[in-house]
Order: sequence, then C-alpha cells, then structure tokens
Amino acid sequence: MESTKLNEYTDRDTGKLGMWLFLFTELFLFGGLFLVYAVMRTKYAHDFHLGALELNAFIGTANTVVLLVSSMTVAMSLTAIQTNNPSKAFGLILITVFLAIIFLINKYFEWGHKIELKLYPGSDVMRSLPHGEIMFFGLYFIMTGLHALHVIVGAVLLIIVMFNLKSGSITQEHYLLQENAALYWHLVDLIWIFLFPLLYLVT
Amino acid sequence: MSENNEHISSYALNGKVLIVLLCLTALTVLAISFHLGAFTVALALLIATFKGGIVMTYFMHLKFENTLLRILAISVILFYISIVLTTFIDYLYR
Repeated sequence: MESTKLNEYTDRDTGKLGMWLFLFTELFLFGGLFLVYAVMRTKYAHDFHLGALELNAFIGTANTVVLLVSSMTVAMSLTAIQTNNPSKAFGLILITVFLAIIFLINKYFEWGHKIELKLYPGSDVMRSLPHGEIMFFGLYFIMTGLHALHVIVGAVLLIIVMFNLKSGSITQEHYLLQENAALYWHLVDLIWIFLFPLLYLVT
Repeated sequence: MSENNEHISSYALNGKVLIVLLCLTALTVLAISFHLGAFTVALALLIATFKGGIVMTYFMHLKFENTLLRILAISVILFYISIVLTTFIDYLYR
C-alpha cells in the first residue's frame, strides 16, 4: 500500500514485523529465567514460600497497577497520533514516562529495604539462608533487576518519541517509531504481569 | 486521513481494557487468600496468562493486525510452552 511506505526503503508493516521479532527474543530472554524459577520452585517449594513472605505484596500490586495504567496511556497515545493529535500523543507519552519513573522509585524503595537488611546477592546474610531461599532471592534480584533495566530502556525510548513528536518527525502519516516504542513498553508490562504473581504471591 | 484498512482503537476501548486488567489483578490478589494450596499458583498463572493475552490482543493490537503477526505470536508462545513442558518432563523423571 502506498501510504505505508515512509520512503523507498522503509515500510510500516515490515518495520512492525521487525519489532515483533525482537520482542520474541525478549520473551525468550525472560522465559528462560521463568523456566529456572519454575524448576527451582518445584525443588524448593517451602523455601520459596518463606522467601516470598519477605517481599512486600502491596508495593508489588501498586507497581502492577502503575504499569497497567501506563500501558493504557501509551496505547492511547497511538490513538491520538492516528487521529492527528500529536500534542495529545505527547501528553499521553509524558504520563507514561512519569508512571515509569514511579515504578522505578517503588523498586528503589523495595531494593533499598532489602539491601538495608543486608539481603543482596553475595552478602553474608544471604549466604546463611537455606539453599532454596538463596535461589529465590537470587532469582528475585536478577529478574526484577533485568526487568527494571527494560523499564529504563523503554522510558528512554518513549522520551525519544516525545522529542520526535515535538520536532514533527512523527506525524499522523509516519508514526512507526511511536508504534514500536509502544510495543516495547507493552512487553515490559507483559513481563511484569507474570513476574508479580510468581514472586510476590507465592503461597 | 490515510489509515486505509487500519484499525484505530478508540480511547474508550483502551479504557475498558484497563478496567478488565485491573479487575483481573484484584482477582489474582484475592485468589491468593483462598488457600487452595498447590492450585493457587496454577490459578494465579492462569489469570496472568489471560491478562497477558488481553494485553497482546488489544494493547499490542494483535487482534487488528495482519494474520502473519498473529500466527508468529501464537507459534512463539506454543514453542515456549513446549520447552517448559519438556524441561519438566526431564526434571520430574530423573
């Protein structure tokens, strides 16, 4: 279709496909970690239960809500650009980035609390725990840490989109960058949707 | 306007999807207090899978995308599930 071509080298459908292929690799990245979690949990069910008790389910739930709302705002920003409202799109992405920052602040408090208790990978406190609990907390730090890294990357991408919206590089005709950044953001939300019950709500 | 055959999700649709997702989150948290034992995790995972499906279908627009993307996404998910199953078959029968 003529209008999906940005120029003779770029095509929106292909651009989106490329992003989806990348997202599949991300799914396997976290999928591998989830698999380790699943096996270790089967082996150390009781220790995982004890470990989960140390986590703050309230902050976990709050973060879930924050990310779900941010997924909605970024989806709405696409509606905005598609209906020729670049300033609305800008505002909605700004809200998304704010929510991302709130998520990261919550994470900071969570991790900070753990580190205050000297509970972090390699610490003496951690080493003195039963093996299953070491596995649990190791997985907790790696998985939430890697996820938080993705939140940061996603937020940076969205900030780049904001600059592009301001400069007029993204328009109703050409918004592939925004679409792909939104897809990445939804992936970040998707991963957390699984992380949350598995880490925080283990009974 | 050059959407040609392109579906634009309304703001209302996005809002409704969020409400559904929030309800499912509340359900997950509630379900934990039901003391179903081993099935709690299965239930939580089931709800999470459903939430994930909704995010992919509506927020990530898969419902309105071309068939190739839908086939790819489903194939990848099935592939991942088969990896998990195979791993568990290995571990449980060692």
